[in-house]
Amino acid sequence: MSGEIAITMRNLGKRYGAHEVLRGIDLDVRHGEVTCLIGPSGSGKSTLLRCVAFLEEHDSGIIRIGGAALGFDEGADGARVRLPVGEIARVRRNIGMVFQQFNLWPHMTALGNVAEGLRQVLRLPKREARERAMAHLGRVGLAEKADAYPSQLSGGQQQRVAIARALAMDPKIMLFDEPTSSLDPELTGEVLTVMRDLAAEGMTMLVVTHEIGFAAHVAQHVVFLDQARIALEGRAGEVFRKPWHPRLSQFLETYLDRGASVLLGG
Amino acid sequence: MTWIHVYLLAMGALVTAGLSVVSITVGLGIGILVCAASLAKAAPLRWVARVYVSFFRGVPLLVLLLLIYHLLPQIGIDVPGVVAALVGLTLCTSAYQAETLRGGFVNIAPGLVEAGRMVGLSGAQLLVRIRAPIALRLTLPALVNEAIMILKASSLVSVVGVGDITRTAQNLSSSTYRPIEMFACAGVFYLVLNFVVARGGNGLGRLLGLPRA
Repeated sequence: MSGEIAITMRNLGKRYGAHEVLRGIDLDVRHGEVTCLIGPSGSGKSTLLRCVAFLEEHDSGIIRIGGAALGFDEGADGARVRLPVGEIARVRRNIGMVFQQFNLWPHMTALGNVAEGLRQVLRLPKREARERAMAHLGRVGLAEKADAYPSQLSGGQQQRVAIARALAMDPKIMLFDEPTSSLDPELTGEVLTVMRDLAAEGMTMLVVTHEIGFAAHVAQHVVFLDQARIALEGRAGEVFRKPWHPRLSQFLETYLDRGASVLLGG
Repeated sequence: MTWIHVYLLAMGALVTAGLSVVSITVGLGIGILVCAASLAKAAPLRWVARVYVSFFRGVPLLVLLLLIYHLLPQIGIDVPGVVAALVGLTLCTSAYQAETLRGGFVNIAPGLVEAGRMVGLSGAQLLVRIRAPIALRLTLPALVNEAIMILKASSLVSVVGVGDITRTAQNLSSSTYRPIEMFACAGVFYLVLNFVVARGGNGLGRLLGLPRA
């Protein structure tokens, strides 16, 4: 599957009233690759990710997940048609998502959070759902925290449970929306390790991040967004070794005093 | 003060407990419906909910009780005092509970619902499995407060001739001329009942994953 296109975006646009958040985005995300979306605040990278999850509805253009149109398609006459709810849910089943704020359900234990989709959506029997949920908690190193409520877990542990919850549904693509931005540096590492392992297993990942080091080391494909557009994209090595683009150089400079210069080889 | 007085007050406590349990649970049921209406997409439903809440929250319970007690026979419905008391208490608490629950639903972090959507939960599953329990969790302390307020406010039903704790204490103090003992004993019964309510609230909270209070 590696090398095939997992997500296609063509001429994607999104606006809030007069404010244009995404403009003419053309992007392909390949199977088995890690694609990192970087860029300054307000550049549209989180909105782009949320459009791929269909948590935000794009206003123009088309998104395809594994070839199937997401949310809207073009009819025979070229007119834009909204797809039925069931079809949206079917396409979305290919996607797992991890949020900046973890978003674990506070009234369920770690195990309950991971098992919920297995029970309610896949309709697995209780015992099987429990076993599979335990296996996924083990995968992120938290089997012994199965009975803890989110409020009893550290931020890093909560985010790992959230990753296990998404993985339990067996998605083909994982979306990460600034997964470490609300963690302090000490806890960031444990989440990045889980993500790195996932990448090594060949998971297709689309990651919005401020962790330039992670983008430089783990991503194959880096996309730099600026002012609602893709300003620059390419292989990770090329993008970071030759930051010829003035906005990218300026953006990366803000990371230099945070030790990223070593990672970037600059 | 003799055991017969304590026994009579205990009977009154049963009446108070019965009135409170019925009005709080039926009030919760109506409150859920009114809350749903207040969050509905259809504007007329929201107006109905708003008028309902403003009215039953705005009229004092004592006035409401007397109104129901005197109004119903006028339109040909002859009801015993206890029914008028139940109706009054239920309408009053349903308005408060509707508003409390609405606050809970409005304050659910949107990300928690989005996470459910990404896992593939349907709209109905999101409501039953995610939104309702979280709203309940957010509003549980306020709902327990409301239950305690109603239990105490039920002392007003003595005006429509219902023999609750307060009414019994009034009767006993006028027949024995010992108001202090009777009302002190009545106070103890209210304390015990409210203690049970508070414990019940804590137990429910733990089921919803709230830390021990």
